[in-house]
Amino acid sequence: MFGYILRRLLSAVPIAFGVSVVCFLLVYLAPGDPVQTLLPPDADAETVAQVKRMYGLDQPLPVQYLTWLGRVMVGDFGRSIATGRPVADEIFRSLGNTVLLAGLSVLVAFSIAFVLGTIAGRHAGGWLDRVVTGVAVVGVSVPNYWLGIVLVIIFSVEMMALPASGMGDGRFDPTSWEHVQYLILPVITLSMIPVGIIARTTRSAVSEVMNQEFVTTLRANGLPEWRVLRHALKNALPPVLAVMGLQFGTLMGGSILVETVFSWPGSGFLLSKAILTRDIPVLQGTILVLALIFVFTNLTVDLFQSSVDPRIRRA
Amino acid sequence: MSTTVSNAPPTGNAAMAAPRQRGYWGTVGYRLRYDPVTLFFGAVLLSVILAAVFASWIAPADPYQESIIRRLKGPGYMGHILGTDELGRDMLSRLLYGGRLTLLMGMVPVVIATLIGGGLGVVAGFAGGIVNTLIMRTMDVFYAFPSVLLAVAISGAMGGGVTNGMIALTLVFIPPLCRVAETATTQVRNLDFVDAARATGAPLRLVLWHHVLGNVLGPVLIYASSLISVGIILASGLSFLGLGVKPPEPDWGLMLNALRQAIYVNPLIAALPGIAIFITSVSLNMVSDGLRSAMDVRS
Repeated sequence: MFGYILRRLLSAVPIAFGVSVVCFLLVYLAPGDPVQTLLPPDADAETVAQVKRMYGLDQPLPVQYLTWLGRVMVGDFGRSIATGRPVADEIFRSLGNTVLLAGLSVLVAFSIAFVLGTIAGRHAGGWLDRVVTGVAVVGVSVPNYWLGIVLVIIFSVEMMALPASGMGDGRFDPTSWEHVQYLILPVITLSMIPVGIIARTTRSAVSEVMNQEFVTTLRANGLPEWRVLRHALKNALPPVLAVMGLQFGTLMGGSILVETVFSWPGSGFLLSKAILTRDIPVLQGTILVLALIFVFTNLTVDLFQSSVDPRIRRA
Repeated sequence: MSTTVSNAPPTGNAAMAAPRQRGYWGTVGYRLRYDPVTLFFGAVLLSVILAAVFASWIAPADPYQESIIRRLKGPGYMGHILGTDELGRDMLSRLLYGGRLTLLMGMVPVVIATLIGGGLGVVAGFAGGIVNTLIMRTMDVFYAFPSVLLAVAISGAMGGGVTNGMIALTLVFIPPLCRVAETATTQVRNLDFVDAARATGAPLRLVLWHHVLGNVLGPVLIYASSLISVGIILASGLSFLGLGVKPPEPDWGLMLNALRQAIYVNPLIAALPGIAIFITSVSLNMVSDGLRSAMDVRS
């Protein structure tokens, strides 16, 4: 087991390295000279040269990369062009809000989808199965930024029951309705796609387990159906939990559209503001951090899976 | 039924024929014909595509014609069947025209990525060794980004626009397609008939074309078809963030964004572009699922 963990950890290093290269090169995808994104358009040639020297932009690309990497390693992502504040501060202030939103959404999605998927898997081929499969297709097909707008129309504009955007004043307090009410619509919206994906996974896992011989044996032994189901669900759970973990990573990086709709002050909203203002340092830093979180969640899910299912370690 | 059998030309796929002696594609077609759900959504999809293609004939009004006095009117207002948008333009016409850019931005990247990603996957799978490692490890890096994030990152850094958006989406779709093609190729490569073909002196080109591609194409195309709906949602999402289509061009994602401010004035109009995206993506998913089960020879 220890050897496996070490191997998996080491295999993540080149990926993290590749991710950092891609993020570094993002700046060079921007049209024109990277200096232009740092300076007003009417800057004279001398200022341009000076800024280039200041940021080390006159160095060869690999040298620039290593310098950049060295600074990133110690948490220095440069300064935001729009606000002048350190990018690291901006990212870490917003990251917690996205963790809250994505984490809750995945939990909500899991609770709904696991029940739906179990029902479908137990009645595979029946009409209940078809209904749940239909719900799952709708879940993955719905553009969540549109769903968010529709929910705002229904619950904020028409019923005036829930706030349409933001997350209230002051520190988030999970016990106060004043704060919790801001979470409801974004969480429902963001959990829609994971509901579809997790329900599908649960359905196939449960229907597969229900066809195994031990289930027949349990039934033959006269076990009541709910206890048979308990045994079956225990076996179906690991792949579903794995998918749930992967979905958390996906939502962390994929909540940008939903956060924009609800002006939820998370990393996705930060990113979408950075795009509008062409704030490249913020764009670069946020994407790097979110991608690394994604790599890290995937790694954790991998290790979790191998710890519950030793067959994976040998493969 | 016997006539279809005698008319069917003997093809290389005959070996894969299902029991009742239809060709492979014959079986797929036969199964699809008896799948009302897939047929229904196929018809919906076809009408969405046709409506976009023939928008200039169908559209009741000029999608760019603004009117200050007729802004955000509901359906049926002065001949505007679906009402008007925030600049007084005819909604129905803009939705019909909007399908063009949205569908284009969603589909073209999938097609290009299928060619590039599929090609790379076949090469990686067939060559094996260092070539495989090189290609697949590079793909792993792009796999390390959630798809929405990668699309936003690339098109955001490149400065938005339809072309940049399509480049970004293509880059998003290459890695998964490459993986599917690589897995399928590796499986086929180790099968006896490929060795047999090479042993009989068949040129590499022929082996690749006939044996490898013949078996890899199915899974790759099925997977690609499921990506089109993702493509449409992502493309509209980019436009929604202001990274795709630029105003005043009609596009569902962009319209959704522009009409967000109108939810207090005319919520129905604000929701319309999203309904168009939703219907298209549900239809695409249903058709893709139907195709998948129809093309699954084992079931």
